[in-house]
Amino acid sequence: MVYGILRLINFAHGEVFMFGAYMAFFAMTSFGMPWYVAFIIAILLTCIFGMLLEKAAYRPLRDAPRISIMISAIAASFLIANLGIVVFGGIPVTFPRPDIFNIRIVIGGVSIISKALFIPVITAVVLMILLYIVNHTKTGTAMRAVSKDYEVARLMGIDVNRIITFTFAIGSSLAAVGGIMWALRFPALIPFMGIMPGLKCFIAAVIGGIGNIKGAVLGGLLLGFGEIMIVAFLPELSGYRDAFAFIFLIVILLFKPAGLLGKNIAEKV
Amino acid sequence: MKRNNLLNIIAIIVFIAILFILNMTLDAYKLRIFNLAGIYVILGLGLNLVNGFTGLFSLGHAGFMAIGAYTGALLTMSPEMKEMTFFLEPITPILANIQVPFPVALIAAGVIAGAFGALIGAPVLRLKDDYLAIATLGFSEIIRIILTNTQNITNGALGIKGIPGYTNIWWVWGIALITVIFMVLLIKSSYGKVFKAIREDEIAAEAMGVNLFKHKMMSFVIGCALAGIGGALLGSLIGAINPLLFRFLFTFNVLLIVVLGGMGSITGTVLSAVVVTVMIEYLRVLDIDMNLGFIRIPGIPGLRMVVFSLILLMVILFYQRGIMGTNEITWEKIFGLKNRISNLITRRKAS
Repeated sequence: MVYGILRLINFAHGEVFMFGAYMAFFAMTSFGMPWYVAFIIAILLTCIFGMLLEKAAYRPLRDAPRISIMISAIAASFLIANLGIVVFGGIPVTFPRPDIFNIRIVIGGVSIISKALFIPVITAVVLMILLYIVNHTKTGTAMRAVSKDYEVARLMGIDVNRIITFTFAIGSSLAAVGGIMWALRFPALIPFMGIMPGLKCFIAAVIGGIGNIKGAVLGGLLLGFGEIMIVAFLPELSGYRDAFAFIFLIVILLFKPAGLLGKNIAEKV
Repeated sequence: MKRNNLLNIIAIIVFIAILFILNMTLDAYKLRIFNLAGIYVILGLGLNLVNGFTGLFSLGHAGFMAIGAYTGALLTMSPEMKEMTFFLEPITPILANIQVPFPVALIAAGVIAGAFGALIGAPVLRLKDDYLAIATLGFSEIIRIILTNTQNITNGALGIKGIPGYTNIWWVWGIALITVIFMVLLIKSSYGKVFKAIREDEIAAEAMGVNLFKHKMMSFVIGCALAGIGGALLGSLIGAINPLLFRFLFTFNVLLIVVLGGMGSITGTVLSAVVVTVMIEYLRVLDIDMNLGFIRIPGIPGLRMVVFSLILLMVILFYQRGIMGTNEITWEKIFGLKNRISNLITRRKAS
């Protein structure tokens, strides 16, 4: 779900995620599109939105100090969330669930709702596509080069800006997929819904090692399971559920600053 | 140098006189905003010391403010008030009967927030840049969650009501003034130079024999202590606090002030704290309906925050270190400006 090739925190990721879910909602309710068309349109729109965001908030600061980039990201995140309040309104709206996600399937006496089946399958498919793009295409190679050292990548004749925009496009599309799945699971949309998942998916990415897709998946799984386990086995601690992610993050950062699957790179002078 | 000292003293006296006049003339609402601005000065300076001068990007300010606010509230409330507030679950007996004078509570708030800063800083300050930002943000969330869940100390999500309102213009701006003086002295001292060295280049600073961890810690703890004092003043000004007040949004407001004023500028922070606080209040018109006589513009709730995020985004895109950057308004500059203007006038006259 997460993607961090730029070595920068995209604070606005959660807002992109929110945007994706809202777009799917409007495509389905206001324009009455069938759900598969609506989802595809939402993903495309979010992808464009992500690219615009990159152009507006990140590109002018490419060579600026990191603090500036981060503040810009935070400002962008607040801007989008509050614009969301202005445009979409602050009242939660109910996400319509297409019927296909609500069918009860009975397999060997265990009945499950189809969305519980769809979500992992979609995740797996998306993951496959992502791994293929990054590891087996030319653009993917360029992406990995940019994430290693973008100045050298530039010397090698890679159009860094184009690659970064492309990365944002992919990241935003994934956020849209995530947003839609989230909306299927918890069908109440509010403009501020992106903040917690946004932070958590960043945490997942850091736990796994930034810029490492397998790491992000591992981090996401650990985080999700950990949270559910805490609530399930230590119910008296369930109030501390959101704190768990942060405590986990800090412990990981202290012992493995580069994340579980990340490589430790010493800073060169 | 002597002239500057004299001018400083005169400025402080003038400032106190202005406070006196404002205290007499402003109505309660405006006075409240003015006091809020003073609190934001204290908070902004605390954050600026950490973010602007030492270059550590901390997003945990709201958490330390929360600690300060709760400490101040619990220490100044009378036992009877506490009994009334904690109706769900009685307060722990240790805290039930403590009541200390306001200044003592303020100092305690600063000390406790600083102590938490040291506790949190010890592991976290090893991290750099974005990791540090997320870790401090995480800690501030953890503090908020703990405050929500410790019913018998903080009254949980209900918050504390009926905090005695000791805060007035003298407390707020007096402490703000002391903070400004303290900051100026600190930045001019050898510690201040070390902080700036760390900001510019950590590795070079370390090579020069700077004890990185000690100085980072010092800056962080002072910043946290200032946040705690600001929080205690805020609690006493508003009269009621709850954990939701200290969300990330609050850190965002303080960050806005620091960035607008200039990361690494004391005078910039003071100016922007006043301007931003007043703007936050006056831009409320954006959120409500406007009636221009012949036409009604419907207010759009939330537009105010859009405006602020947009301002922040613009400032950071065009002035990367904030509007004032690391510049300060000093007497030399004011006099220099005067000379330049008079030169300009004489030249105009000559031609």
